Amino acid sequence: MIQVTGLRKSFGGKPVLAGVDLTVGQGESLCVIGQSGTGKSVLLKCILGLAVPDVGQILWQGRPLDRAARPDFLARFGMLFQGAALFDSLTVWQNVAFRLRQRMPDRKARAIAVEKLARVGLGPETADLMPAELSGGMAKRAGLARAIADDPSVIFFDEPTTGLDPIRARRINDLIRGIVTETGATAITITHDMDSVRAIGDRVALLQDGRIAWDGAVAAMDSAPPLAEFLGRTCDINAT
Amino acid sequence: MNPVRLIGRATLSMTRGIGAVALFTLRGLFRLRPFHMRGFAAQLVQIGWLSLPVVGLTALFTGAALALQIHSGGARFQASDVVPAIVAIGMVRELGPVLGGLMVAARVASSIAAEIGTMKVTEQIDALVTLSTDPMQWLVTPRLWAAMLTVPALVAVGDIIGIMGGWLVGTQSLGFNSAAYLSNSAAYLERWDVVSGLLKGAVFGLIVAVSGCWFGIHSGRGAAGVGRATKSAVVAAAVGILAANFILTGLFFE
Repeated sequence: MIQVTGLRKSFGGKPVLAGVDLTVGQGESLCVIGQSGTGKSVLLKCILGLAVPDVGQILWQGRPLDRAARPDFLARFGMLFQGAALFDSLTVWQNVAFRLRQRMPDRKARAIAVEKLARVGLGPETADLMPAELSGGMAKRAGLARAIADDPSVIFFDEPTTGLDPIRARRINDLIRGIVTETGATAITITHDMDSVRAIGDRVALLQDGRIAWDGAVAAMDSAPPLAEFLGRTCDINAT
Repeated sequence: MNPVRLIGRATLSMTRGIGAVALFTLRGLFRLRPFHMRGFAAQLVQIGWLSLPVVGLTALFTGAALALQIHSGGARFQASDVVPAIVAIGMVRELGPVLGGLMVAARVASSIAAEIGTMKVTEQIDALVTLSTDPMQWLVTPRLWAAMLTVPALVAVGDIIGIMGGWLVGTQSLGFNSAAYLSNSAAYLERWDVVSGLLKGAVFGLIVAVSGCWFGIHSGRGAAGVGRATKSAVVAAAVGILAANFILTGLFFE
C-alpha cells in the first residue's frame, strides 16, 4: 500500500502540489487525472524519489519512503515513461533486461526479456533492434516489457497513451489492464486520457490546484460534479 | 542595486558553483562500486581511439609549423641548429598536451554533453534511477576514468607525431641530417619533460570529461537546452585546459 500525506512541492516559489493526500491499496489500479500543469508528473516524481517534496510524507507498506527504504522500494516497482525512455545505446532486449543483467548471466536475462517482449506483443526479432529502429507504439511496448521484466509489485504508468493513435492507444490500454489483472500488481497511472482511465482504472483521483479535488470509483466518475466539469473541459479541447 | 551586494552575490554564486563542480568530480571519481566495465571500455574507444586521428593530425602540422618558425626565428641570431631540441621540448611540455587536450575537448566534451543532455530530456536518466542504478556510476564514473587514462596516451602519441612532423620538415626542407635531427631531439629532452606533459594530459582529460558530464546532467529542456549544454561544455573545457595549463606549468617548472 502507498500512502501520501500532506505532500507539498513548489518550484521557484510557485506551489505545484499544495497538500496532496492519497492512498493506493494493494492490487488496486488508481488513475490520477488533471489538466496539464496541475502537478501529476511532479506527484509521481515525488513518490519515485526523482523529486524531493518540500513537506509531506510518503509511506510504502506502512514505512516512510526515505533514503533507507527507497532501494527496497525501487527493486519492487516498474515504470513506463511517457516517451518510453529506452536507453539509446542498448538494444531492445538489453533495455528490457537492464535490471536482470545486474544479477544474472546475459543468456538467462535475454531469455526473460524475450518472454516479456512476447507478453507485450513484440516478437523475438525485435530483441536485437536498437530503440531508434522502433515505432512509437513498439517503443511503448518495449518500455512496458522493461517495466514488468522484474515482476514488480507496483507499476507506474506516466501518460501511457500519449502520442499514439486511437487504435494503438486502445491496444496499450488493453495490455496494461491485462498485465495488472494477471500480476495482481498495484498500478498508478498518470493520464488525461479518459479512455485509459476507463480501461485501466479501478479508482480515479482528480488533481486540481495542487490538491486531490475528487477521489472515487471509475464507475462513479461520470456523475461526480468536479469530474464532470473536467470531462467537459477535455471534451471541449478534443472538439477543437 | 548596491554594488557591494552585487559583488558579494556574484562571489557567493561562483564559490557555490566551484564547490558543486568539485563535489561532482569527487563523486564521479570515487563511486566505483559497482564499476560499469562495459561503459568504461566503450568510453576508452570513444575518447581515446576515435580521437587519435584528429590529435595525430593536429600534432603533425603543429610540429611541422614549429620547425619552420624556430628555423626562421633562430636564423636572426644564428641559432637555427636548435630546431630539433626546441620542437621536441615545445611539443612534449606544452603543445602536445594543450593542443591534444583542446582537440579532445572539441570532440569529446561536446559529445558527452549532447549524449547525457539528450538522455536527460528524454527521461533516460530518470529511468536509470527507477532501475536502481546510480547515474553517476553508470554515466559519469566510466567517462571520467576513461578520459583521465586515454588523454595522456593520446598526448604521448601526439608528442611522437609532432616531433616527426618537425623531423619531416627539418630533413625535407630545412636541410637537417635525419640521424642528427633525431639524436638532437632526444639529447635535450629530459624525463620530467615527458612525465609533466603526460600529467597535464591526465588533468586535461579530467577537465574535458567533467565539463561534458556536468553540463549534460544539468542540461535545460528540449533541443535548445541540449545545444546550450554542448556549447557550454566545450567552452568550459577549453578555458579550463588553458587555465590549468598555466597553473601546472608554474607548478612543474618554476
